[in-house]
Amino acid sequence: MDLTFSEKDLEFKAEVQYFIKENYPADIKEKQDNRLPLEKEEIVRWQKILANQGWFAINWPKEYGGTDWTPTQKYIFQNELAAANTPIQIPFGVNMCGPVIYSFGTKQQKEDYLPGIINSDVWWCQGYSEPGSGSDLASLTTKAEKKGDSYIVNGAKTWTTLAQHADWIFCLIRTESTAIKQEGISFMLIDMKSSGIEIKPIITIDGSHEVNMVYFDNVEVPSSNLVGEEGQGWNIAKFLLMHERTGIAGLASLKRELRRIKDIAASTPIGEECLMDDASFKLKVNQAEIELLATEYTELRTLSAISVGGAPGPESSILKIKGTELQQTLSELSIEMLAYYSHPFFSEQELGSNDSIGPTHASSAMPHYLNFRKVTIYGGSNEIQRNVIAKAILGL
Amino acid sequence: MDFSLNGDQTLIQGQLESFIQKDYDWETRQKICSSDLGFSKEHWKTFADLGWLGLCISEESGGFGGSAIETMIIMEQFGKALVLEPFLETIILSGNIIDMAASKELKENVLSQVIEGNCQLATAFVEPQSRFNLSDVNTTALLKDNNYNLNGFKSVVMNGPAADFFIVVARTSGAQFDKEGLSLFIVDSKSKGISLRNYSTVDGRRASELNMENVQIQSSNLIGEEGKGLKVLCKAIDNATLAICAEAVGAMEVLYKDTVEYTKTRKQFGQPIGKFQVLQHRMVDMFMEYEQSKSLMYMVAMKLAEEAKDGEKAVASLKYQVGKASKFIGQQAVQLHGGMGVTDELNIGHYFKRLTVINTIFGNYDYQLKRYSEL
Repeated sequence: MDLTFSEKDLEFKAEVQYFIKENYPADIKEKQDNRLPLEKEEIVRWQKILANQGWFAINWPKEYGGTDWTPTQKYIFQNELAAANTPIQIPFGVNMCGPVIYSFGTKQQKEDYLPGIINSDVWWCQGYSEPGSGSDLASLTTKAEKKGDSYIVNGAKTWTTLAQHADWIFCLIRTESTAIKQEGISFMLIDMKSSGIEIKPIITIDGSHEVNMVYFDNVEVPSSNLVGEEGQGWNIAKFLLMHERTGIAGLASLKRELRRIKDIAASTPIGEECLMDDASFKLKVNQAEIELLATEYTELRTLSAISVGGAPGPESSILKIKGTELQQTLSELSIEMLAYYSHPFFSEQELGSNDSIGPTHASSAMPHYLNFRKVTIYGGSNEIQRNVIAKAILGL
Repeated sequence: MDFSLNGDQTLIQGQLESFIQKDYDWETRQKICSSDLGFSKEHWKTFADLGWLGLCISEESGGFGGSAIETMIIMEQFGKALVLEPFLETIILSGNIIDMAASKELKENVLSQVIEGNCQLATAFVEPQSRFNLSDVNTTALLKDNNYNLNGFKSVVMNGPAADFFIVVARTSGAQFDKEGLSLFIVDSKSKGISLRNYSTVDGRRASELNMENVQIQSSNLIGEEGKGLKVLCKAIDNATLAICAEAVGAMEVLYKDTVEYTKTRKQFGQPIGKFQVLQHRMVDMFMEYEQSKSLMYMVAMKLAEEAKDGEKAVASLKYQVGKASKFIGQQAVQLHGGMGVTDELNIGHYFKRLTVINTIFGNYDYQLKRYSEL
């Protein structure tokens, strides 16, 4: 057991810091620091900067363009990116579809799809949930029927994040009605330009357009777009959900967010003192800090287990639950800090303008609080995660 | 001891229920919300015609002399439909201040117009630095030749955009945090030196940033005694706190009931999700938080109606409970509706947003708990 960083790790840390300092575009940084929504171009530009350095798909095997970093290096890298407040990586290509393709795909599929993901030339979205299939994902009914060398896909997917930007969608599709519903599901890649696909925006309570309905009306998909075998889709989905749940925790950004809250609270007057000296507020900040610390060490233990050959297991559910609960707690503290100034509300378009009401950190706090109610619902709701722990870890 | 409403009160409750059912369905409400004004002038006229605007104003001031009980009845029903009309701002907060302390002349000129539905009011009691401390006031009013000269900045003035008159809390003497030296003024919104920045708030209502630069106010526009404004303001805010808590209780009732109904119809894993024990217990907790809030709401309404000595402390206990309960019920209603709960299309998210705002208004749960322990 050892908590200290080696000389080599410290060198690596300095290298990452220097890289960010030299390469993080000022215009994107300014938007990020003011918590303004980013355009697709800005997200892609930053991801390409990382890719040029070979630092985008850090979790991929080296042979596909990843890194051979140790878990400690990965931890340092994520922490430095978060500390500098760089844009979060859009996970659908690099963290989700990519690992599926290099783990289950054919040689041809690897050649066709991996470069587009690693260079951010192709934007992926995820077609999992359906109106009737949320927590019970395996009940999905979007179906594909074999016709010659193609599948004909019909159905609807929902909560599809940033589908409006996407070039491709990876989907779970029913290819067979089986007694055990998990066995009839397949994993399919579909070009969003295919005829018969329609996207309908879903506006959320923070006023933003992030998620969509995606409709499939007799969409023709070449059978070479199937990943793995027919009926193997559920196993692939399970593999992928484990990856997703670990990623969702976002602990490095939570540390930055907590520092930000402390800084703002220290400069927010409350009578003749500051908010950080207010007993009840301070108590809540410190409770969150300890919870975050514990979760961080739980994550480090998980990473360390992976480094000696383990795969992310049901323990990733702990990280999903604790990470998302912390995200919500911090978003709550942010609006409590503002008191009445959390109420003025501007649309996504208005957020960029310079005439916000109250302190500069005010305008994004409430939309963030509202938007982040989603985090305990998506990626398998936290109720489902607790079921996973009860069943898979406690054996109940 | 009696928790039942009397004949007149039952009648009023019935009137409100029928108004909400007939004239305030969700679609209508959303249309009103997205209009420029943010509320319906037609509905406001109806409120006047039905006598609701004068219901909570004393008979001496031209109203019908209702008490805190009537305030509670009206606001609870308004909460159920998320009524947007500024009854809280114009009548309960501002109207009561005039009713309690203003001169006969001001009552005749302003309050009578309010009761008839021709005049909107807004009370400006928050400053950028003040948070929930009502005596943290930097706005000044200096008397010179029978005129007060008003300077300062008020933030998040609810109903500011529609207001014909503002009630402004200003310092006529003393330092920033002094409890003495605060005075209340009626200020015409068209006065020279007033500038407004209007905006929507997250609950779909309207508010303003109010800047005052050398606004000249006749001394006859002073409400009550110079320097003694805080006591009047606190009393009015206690009444308004009961009102907004009653609104929250109405909103929480809708949220817990809609959630229960949703979980009976939404099926996953081959059964209604309401059959899962973990969700059942969650909803039982939502229900209990609602009931506990309702209990304290009745207690406070009765205490304020009989002007009990410990009314202020009772109000703090209610606002604390309602803040805590509305956060829990609001968040869990969204959670149990899953993805649907975070959509703009469904009413659930809008109730959640209003409850989130209500927790802040007049002081959040932390502030109320502190206030309770100090009283």
